[in-house]
Amino acid sequence: MNSELAHFQDGFVQALLAPDADVQADLRALVDQPGFSVYRNTVLKGCIDALQANYPAILRLVGEEWFRAAAALHARAQPPGDTRLLLYGMDFPEFLRSFPPAAALAYLHGVAMLDRFWTEAHVAANAVALAPAALASLPLERLGESVLALHPAARWAWFADQPVYTLWQRNRGTEAGGIDSMDSGDELVWTGEGALLTRPAGAVQWTALDAAGCAFLDACAAGRPLADAAGEALACDAGTDLASLMARLLEAGAFCHTPPCPNPPLAKEPA
Amino acid sequence: MSTSTLTAGLGLKPQHFDAALACAEPGLWFEVHPENYLVAGGPRLAWLDAIRAQHPVSLHGVSLSLAADAAPDTGHLKRLAALAERIEPVLISEHLAWSAWRGTYLPDLLPFARTHEALVRIAGNIARTQDALACRIAIENPTHYLRIEGNDWGEIDFLHELTRRTGCGLLLDVNNVHVSARNLGFSAEAYIDAFPADTVMEVHLAGHTPDPLLGQALLVDSHDAPVAPVVWALYERLVARIGARPTLIERDDRLPPFTEMLAERSQAHALLQTLKAACA
Repeated sequence: MNSELAHFQDGFVQALLAPDADVQADLRALVDQPGFSVYRNTVLKGCIDALQANYPAILRLVGEEWFRAAAALHARAQPPGDTRLLLYGMDFPEFLRSFPPAAALAYLHGVAMLDRFWTEAHVAANAVALAPAALASLPLERLGESVLALHPAARWAWFADQPVYTLWQRNRGTEAGGIDSMDSGDELVWTGEGALLTRPAGAVQWTALDAAGCAFLDACAAGRPLADAAGEALACDAGTDLASLMARLLEAGAFCHTPPCPNPPLAKEPA
Repeated sequence: MSTSTLTAGLGLKPQHFDAALACAEPGLWFEVHPENYLVAGGPRLAWLDAIRAQHPVSLHGVSLSLAADAAPDTGHLKRLAALAERIEPVLISEHLAWSAWRGTYLPDLLPFARTHEALVRIAGNIARTQDALACRIAIENPTHYLRIEGNDWGEIDFLHELTRRTGCGLLLDVNNVHVSARNLGFSAEAYIDAFPADTVMEVHLAGHTPDPLLGQALLVDSHDAPVAPVVWALYERLVARIGARPTLIERDDRLPPFTEMLAERSQAHALLQTLKAACA
């Protein structure tokens, strides 16, 4: 049986989040007091402020009024589950994808994904990025069977139809972090783009990454050896310069400093 | 670290990190919401480490939800304990309120009726928290906006009973007293005068604003304005009776420049220094 306190809390939460729903009869006297709106406002404002802080590129693209209206709808439907509001809004990109007023802004979903990647990279565990020289010492024949661990902060995605990376980078505000030089006055070319976010040390960094590079990292993330990852990259784009791709990934700090390990040796025969 | 050397501190926001790091005011300390630092790694923790290397830091939680009819989230407690171990806070505090319920977090400090049942539950939750953190925590008096029926206890007796049952201390937020007194119609002075002196580990001062629709009839504990003169007067009345206690100026919204916060803080610092000198 529910305790009196639990019963009160069930009713209070319902009254906070769904103002039009039937309020529990024994809470009516509370909800009708003017002070109840302070709680309603504070809870909703807390959620919206958190989404606004966590999705700055979306905010800049759609403007504050549009953003806060959309965020309020999302917050009511999916209030935070975690008490760390800096992590709130994992489902916001998906919400934007299926949000009818955003139907004409199909790129919002991808831009929101990159905002989310930034948050995830920002709070990921610390790890020493694999230095480019670490692979140089490996004999060439062993390189292909090496499995590289991704850095905990590395996040990447390829967006086939939209220049999501450029849109995101131009709207991420004044934050420094872009590795690529980009003049925001350049005309936007409507083509597919990918991005890689990393945090080798200190702040989050980002760089453009093509479809082959993303396929390469997908294979690495699945625990497959470098030879397989290279195969995926070439399957994606036969003209991929693997050496230069590898150099760029290492430079960005996409991998973690664990000794490059070849495939595990076969189990010994039982004695 | 002992709290006896602390005078007045400031709530710390990321916008003020650089200025805070460089500041060398005697007796200065900083308070943060631990929720913003319960992460695996990255620059946030590095910032907090850097501040901690220069100044005492206290952790003021907003989401343990001690007044929910459920035990505090074990994952949260674990992360909080790890953070506490990392930065060795000079104080850890939480609120007499609830905010997480059945898997949903409601970012506010929600009210409840002070029943016998609630007392038992909250005392259990405080004890569990103190066990997990291996230290005594301070519990803050809430701000009230609603008249709730069914209280078995007065607020001060309820808080005092919690200290008796769990050994916890109290954090007296003077602005909360003023705002609640105005909203519910009781005497803030009488509340301040009756508050159990020996349990007060920390005092909070903050700003409030009138509700945009109802004006002075409903004050909101908004933390977005300087401490009001009436709250300063209550504070002086309090410390004249109980003596110097670590005192924090809280500001969460409409942040002024750091120097302005520091000027407000020096008002409390000067008062505490005078009290300490008088007692020495």
